[in-house]
Amino acid sequence: MKRLSGGLIDRSQTIHFTFNGKRYQGHPGDTLASALLANCVQLVGRSFKYHRPRGIVSAGSEEPNALVTLREGARAEPNTRATMAELYDGLVARSQNHVGPLNFDLLAVNDLLSPFFAAGFYYKTFMWPRAFWEKLYEPAIRRAAGLGELSELPDPDAYDRGYLHADLLVVGAGPAGLAAALAAGRAGAKVLLADEDFRLGGRLLAESDQLDGAPAQDWVAAVKAELESLPNVRILTRTVIFGVYDHGVYGAVERVSDHLPTPGGAVRQTLWRIVAKRAVLAAGATERHIPFADNDRPGIMLAGAMRAYANRWATAPGTGAPVAIFTNNDDGHRTALDLMAKGIPVAAVIDARRGVERHGEYRLLPQADVIGTQGRLGLHSLTVRTARGSDTLQVGALGVAGGWNPNVHLASHHRGRPVWDERNLAFVPGQGGPGGLFPAGACAGKGSTAEALADGLRAATEALAELGLTTPALPLPRAEARYDNTAPIWHVPGKRRAWVDFQNDVTVKDIVLAHKENMRPVEHLKRWTTLGMATDQGKTANVTALAVMAELTGKTIPQTGTTIFRPPYTGVSLGVLGGGDTGTHFRPRRLTPTHHWAKANGATFVEVGPWMRAQYFVRPGETHWRQSVDREVLSVRADVGLCDVTTLGKVDVQGADATLFLDRLYANAMASLKVGMVRYGLMLREDGTAYDDGTCARLAEDHYVVTTTTANAGPVYRNMEFARQCLWPELDVQLISTTDAWAQIAVAGPKSRELLSRLVDGFDLSNEAFPFMACAPLTICNGLRARLFRISFSGELAYELAVPARYGHALMARLMEAGADLGATPYGTEALGVLRIEKGHAAGAELNGQTTGQMIGLGKMVSSKKDAIGNIMSRREGLAAEKRLLVGLQPVNAADTVVPGSHLFTQGAPRDLAHDQGWITSAAYSPHVGSSIGLAFLEDGANRMGEVITAANPLQGSEVAVRVVPSHFVDPEGGRLRA
Amino acid sequence: MRFSGFRVFAEALTGHKGWKPLWRDPDPQAEYDVVIVGGGGHGLATAFYLAEVYGIRKVAVLEKGWLGSGNIGRNTTIIRSNYLLPGNQPFYEFSMKLWENLEQSINFNAMVSQRGILNLYHSDAQRDAYRRRGNAMHLTGAGAELLDQAGVRKMYPWLNFDNARFPIKGGLLQRRAGTARHDGVAWGYARAADLRGVDIIQNCEVTGLQIENGRILGVETSRGSIRARKVGVAVAGSTSRVMAQAGLRMPIESHVLQAFVSEGLKPAIDGVITFGAGHFYVSQSDKGGLVFGGDIDGYNSYAQRGNLPVVEDVIEGGMALMPRIGRARLLRSWGGVMDMSMDGSPIIDRTPVDGLYLNAGWCYGGFKATPASGYAFAHLLATDTPHETATAYRLDRFAKGRVIDEKGVGAQPNLH
Amino acid sequence: MLIPHPLLGLRDAQEFTYLGDARLIDRPTGGNEAELAEYVYLRDNPAGVHRELWFHEQGDRSWLVVTRNTLTHEILGAELARDVSLARKGDMA
Repeated sequence: MKRLSGGLIDRSQTIHFTFNGKRYQGHPGDTLASALLANCVQLVGRSFKYHRPRGIVSAGSEEPNALVTLREGARAEPNTRATMAELYDGLVARSQNHVGPLNFDLLAVNDLLSPFFAAGFYYKTFMWPRAFWEKLYEPAIRRAAGLGELSELPDPDAYDRGYLHADLLVVGAGPAGLAAALAAGRAGAKVLLADEDFRLGGRLLAESDQLDGAPAQDWVAAVKAELESLPNVRILTRTVIFGVYDHGVYGAVERVSDHLPTPGGAVRQTLWRIVAKRAVLAAGATERHIPFADNDRPGIMLAGAMRAYANRWATAPGTGAPVAIFTNNDDGHRTALDLMAKGIPVAAVIDARRGVERHGEYRLLPQADVIGTQGRLGLHSLTVRTARGSDTLQVGALGVAGGWNPNVHLASHHRGRPVWDERNLAFVPGQGGPGGLFPAGACAGKGSTAEALADGLRAATEALAELGLTTPALPLPRAEARYDNTAPIWHVPGKRRAWVDFQNDVTVKDIVLAHKENMRPVEHLKRWTTLGMATDQGKTANVTALAVMAELTGKTIPQTGTTIFRPPYTGVSLGVLGGGDTGTHFRPRRLTPTHHWAKANGATFVEVGPWMRAQYFVRPGETHWRQSVDREVLSVRADVGLCDVTTLGKVDVQGADATLFLDRLYANAMASLKVGMVRYGLMLREDGTAYDDGTCARLAEDHYVVTTTTANAGPVYRNMEFARQCLWPELDVQLISTTDAWAQIAVAGPKSRELLSRLVDGFDLSNEAFPFMACAPLTICNGLRARLFRISFSGELAYELAVPARYGHALMARLMEAGADLGATPYGTEALGVLRIEKGHAAGAELNGQTTGQMIGLGKMVSSKKDAIGNIMSRREGLAAEKRLLVGLQPVNAADTVVPGSHLFTQGAPRDLAHDQGWITSAAYSPHVGSSIGLAFLEDGANRMGEVITAANPLQGSEVAVRVVPSHFVDPEGGRLRA
Repeated sequence: MRFSGFRVFAEALTGHKGWKPLWRDPDPQAEYDVVIVGGGGHGLATAFYLAEVYGIRKVAVLEKGWLGSGNIGRNTTIIRSNYLLPGNQPFYEFSMKLWENLEQSINFNAMVSQRGILNLYHSDAQRDAYRRRGNAMHLTGAGAELLDQAGVRKMYPWLNFDNARFPIKGGLLQRRAGTARHDGVAWGYARAADLRGVDIIQNCEVTGLQIENGRILGVETSRGSIRARKVGVAVAGSTSRVMAQAGLRMPIESHVLQAFVSEGLKPAIDGVITFGAGHFYVSQSDKGGLVFGGDIDGYNSYAQRGNLPVVEDVIEGGMALMPRIGRARLLRSWGGVMDMSMDGSPIIDRTPVDGLYLNAGWCYGGFKATPASGYAFAHLLATDTPHETATAYRLDRFAKGRVIDEKGVGAQPNLH
Repeated sequence: MLIPHPLLGLRDAQEFTYLGDARLIDRPTGGNEAELAEYVYLRDNPAGVHRELWFHEQGDRSWLVVTRNTLTHEILGAELARDVSLARKGDMA
């Protein structure tokens, strides 16, 4: 390991890691990048398109080159920036995007062929022969493209999400952010301070400058200690604020355990939704480079990063050979001085500006450019052009200082465009940024430490003033206040390729070509060349590219404009954005009151929307689901069956105007419903389409209970509230959803009356006293409050019995016990489906939102005498002309199966859209009929009874001859219901 | 200049000196036969087919920003013809056939890639609905296959089969469906239209419609007034705003749809997959990014950005369906303005103003329709009669009760 | 987004279900097909200030009329839809 003096690493501990299988050492406090540099590893990856050898460019999340796959197996994490990966003992990393070893990538042949791969080349070729694109060209391109590889295994780690609320969110813990957080903390505001780094300090960590004459780290430590002592301040390190959303909502990801070998019992990362009344954006700035010929070799990095590696991590690129600096500003000279202070030989500072002076004892080449570099896998020399001619410098590394771009991203997430700051030659946040967000410090163009400190304080003071909080005076430490004097030197013209976007291999030549081909608007430039579309989102490339395009078009940089800044600020894992609600926790699971009873009695369950419902109950000896379902169906038809129907929506409607209200809601007349009776009700949407059906029971003069389908329980209730609050607020009517309050069990079959008579407390169940469609409140089982409805979905004599939900389980058990001698049988949703198809009742497959009342045979129910929701619109010509009708279908050959989803054709008609006569909505095997049966919407169905038609299922290559029959397969007269 | 492998080869050897602008930047002329408002995919395709098929070349496409900056500039690039209703299916199948020959007809590689789309189902009811749809697709020749769970597992063994809230039971597969490079489609149509004489005028905002006695005379723009015999409006997202200039209220709301792309990855997902139990669809681009999306945010918006709950909801769906993606990173998310119509289906029709034509209401499915929409709109502009595949896309279908509601949710745009 | 519920203060928009244009309050009573078709299908859809209906479904089940700018998402106010509706009926009476 090659280490300089000082730095913020813990030399008392040595930790081990491997890169491409080779073992190395580092210290706590290292990133993977700093540790690789300390181990003299320069070559860390390959570029996207040309597979050029690449090294570390930056020291932060803007890194375009040093992407590795971290960890192994199911935890393999592609495209991790080595500059952001905190070193831990046992870390395993591999380089990406090469075929063969990293130092001999076979796909580097692309680099030799690069003349053929100019910007946009693929739009112009690969078109002939047609079939070759998908079979040959595209697969080859796909294999070569991409970066890291995703494991096929499920991500084994846990993620979490949470909410945080704050008066002031401070984004970034550099000098501006620390000053802002400290001021706000002292003012008593509730403060959140977030930084993507694992250590507070921001740029101060990378600099040698002093604050108040002492090392800056002393000040950082003191501020940190005070912030930690304040109960109103919470510090979130390893936390990136990735997006600004509406009304002060910020998206943040905290990397809770990424610095550990495995999370252990903890979550890997947490997604925070931060609601902040105000925010200070102190996100700092990102250095840009200067494109010149072959400027992408390992060993060439941003000068500020080189300084950071020396000061913070006590390491430097290269193997000890001298380094050079290429700059267009004074900041490059600072790097030279800091490196020299650490004992690193500086071969020269190559300054592209005229009339510059040395800042220390180093060789200065003024008005000079780097015009070439040498070294295939690592830089070993530079060609420099000066006023006197060209020269070769033997160097192991080169720092490039092209000026600093403020990190305006978050300030621009609401589409407020940044504005050009001529003094700093950079974009700074403009008007129209997110409300309540105050940019401060380097991200607002206040880049010196003194400016940043003062600006952070200013921003916090202004933000808190808007909340009515006064910020106490905060003495700021004395700090450097230099100005970089950046010159508008954006690239070094030349014949060879000069990289602008390293990762995506976009060179100055590509921009020239885009200009030539009229891909000049900045969005065209980006999309044509793929500039700024790599994992770093062009953080080190975009502004430079705009400058090159501006030069070509003769426009100014601000006229050229920027592309749109969009979340996330930096890549965040999909695992954490999913918040951990995956697998079986993807959605809540609702259980019916009899769920546990059903489970104990052999039920198989099925997902019905949010609910789990019993699908069928397997008895010993039954090996196929059809055996269970047929048995359940026949039990209902012959004896008595029990089914939990709690999931149907229930709405309690009360009030003096309840009758009027319901009459306006249902398409059919409700006003005439008598107390103690139930009526089937059809609700339409306002557009006249059938919406939902259910029952409406009048328990008292001013009290109704309305039921809905399971699927529409929520929406129907919502619409009822809409009608009540928005349409007819003058009516005296109150609503409450009671779906969860009452357990409801269907008791169906010829012996249902007998069974119920054993439970009711002296209630007269006779047909005379309690006829079909009667309802009543009553007590059962010696005093348990209940409601009884004589309604039937199965076509048999049937009831639905409701009790408070907590008694549902006990009621089911009691019914089974009391009905043992009657053959009481629990039945599930499958049997329920068969029973209703046999009876021709519409359900979800028929009431799919595309159906009119006429289609389900209820056209006459839609009253023409009143203005209920949907009634008038149901008479529009398109709906009135509807001639499709719900019919029954029976296979001509009883052994054939009726397949739902088949389309219907007149026998012999062509199988095309013009001859399509309808489709089968539902089908089942009917043990009652003894064959498969179906329900279908058939064109002119009313006039086709007895006709044999074809049910075609070309999707699965089958066709069945079926006979059109009435949709009631069981008891069409309804005698059983009324028995 | 004809694009070809040979041309690329020759230019590579001569330093790329011979390439020409992909299109001109003409100044607007005083008058055109047809002015198309909106230089997005549909507007550019319309111009191309007007010139190519109907021989109408005195055409201008007016674009407020840069060409291709409409929803063609930001979408999830899926092309498919797996519709259910007879008003839709033949149209989208027509579009699919045009996609299949697109590169040859416009001499531009838009990277149409028939990678297949798999719509997963999770219940018997969903399966039956897909069977109905798959059969409808067979009736137009679109083709489809119904897979059971084993069939899906064979294609994508790493989907979440074993630990799911809503287990995968199977899927409806259309092999001819796939993806195309969205920007390439815009550029290809623009270049081909430009070569046929169409003026594509960028940075030209339409500020008013000149209407006299119920007849269109031209448009006012930020670059002066332009006379036109016919004006076609294809500005999905901004339809209500433009049509308000003609005093018309539209059966449309503007909503925001977010979409997402991950960092580049080696090939992981071959085709397009849609989750039947959550709002999530995904494919992988040739560049390696997982391109995915879900539901619209659900409120009216012209802001071109969405909010965090939908980000979470979409990615929750992604993680529930394919837990292997947890360690990939989101690279970028974006929001576009969708023309959400009242029945979820588009409008290609004349308007009450003579000479003013409308192409609108594409909801979030406009990309796949680009070729057919352009063709059908060109047909309407040229002949004053609807194209045979687009006869149902009438503006008066709402008043007359002939809606085309694939989802069956009625007049609530945010549910389509 | 955060919605300033007139009874409950700032609430996350995720607690609400969106319906759309607040004109849906003005259902034409006893209207003819054409009037109802306009009511059901046509919208102003402004780019700017929009009055719209939100239902506090995961909350107190109030329908609100929220005034919001569709270009910036800025919320300018929220009222109980019931109050809005009663006031309109009072105006019309």
